[in-house]
Amino acid sequence: MSGKTLTRMDLSEAVFREVGLSRNESAALVERVLELMSDSLVESGQVKISSFGTFSVRSKSARMGRNPKTGEEVPILPRRVLTFRPSHLMKDRVAEGNRRG
Amino acid sequence: MIRSELIQKLSEENPHLYQRDVERIVNAIFEEIIDALSNGDRVELRGFGAFSVKKRDSRTGRNPRTGESVEVDEKHVPFFKAGKLLRDRLNGHGG
Repeated sequence: MSGKTLTRMDLSEAVFREVGLSRNESAALVERVLELMSDSLVESGQVKISSFGTFSVRSKSARMGRNPKTGEEVPILPRRVLTFRPSHLMKDRVAEGNRRG
Repeated sequence: MIRSELIQKLSEENPHLYQRDVERIVNAIFEEIIDALSNGDRVELRGFGAFSVKKRDSRTGRNPRTGESVEVDEKHVPFFKAGKLLRDRLNGHGG
């Protein structure tokens, strides 16, 4: 395990290597993919990318929480949370790649 | 939205690109993320979220049908945490 952190820059670089576009245009396309996915999650609550995984929005109802420091009870408002379920392919490749790390 | 709709939308917005190149671009992005996680790396996409790998310790599991115990090896699983901007948008704040 090398423990690096990749960013948008690395994804743009991968796009740049894959097709003959400029670095600027590659970066703009990466940004647009993330925007389209975000917009779709906000509007329709689900994005399914075959052989990658599924992002879904779930609604959580209100509940009473507790401030762990003071013990005080605080209401937690109903909210929407995003979950990601990786595809079998992704799970298998991640498990395989990190074996005997 | 599914993968093909994402490719369709991007193609419409980029009429100067062949659809097969848009497909390669989208594939390259997701492929790069899986590759990174397979190497034990993280991928942090500010505003959207971060992909990382979590270790699950080995444990003694049980076959739910026969009740027999089985050793489950330690393994690594992909994990995603939504970014603050996206979490806020889902709850109607900002953008």
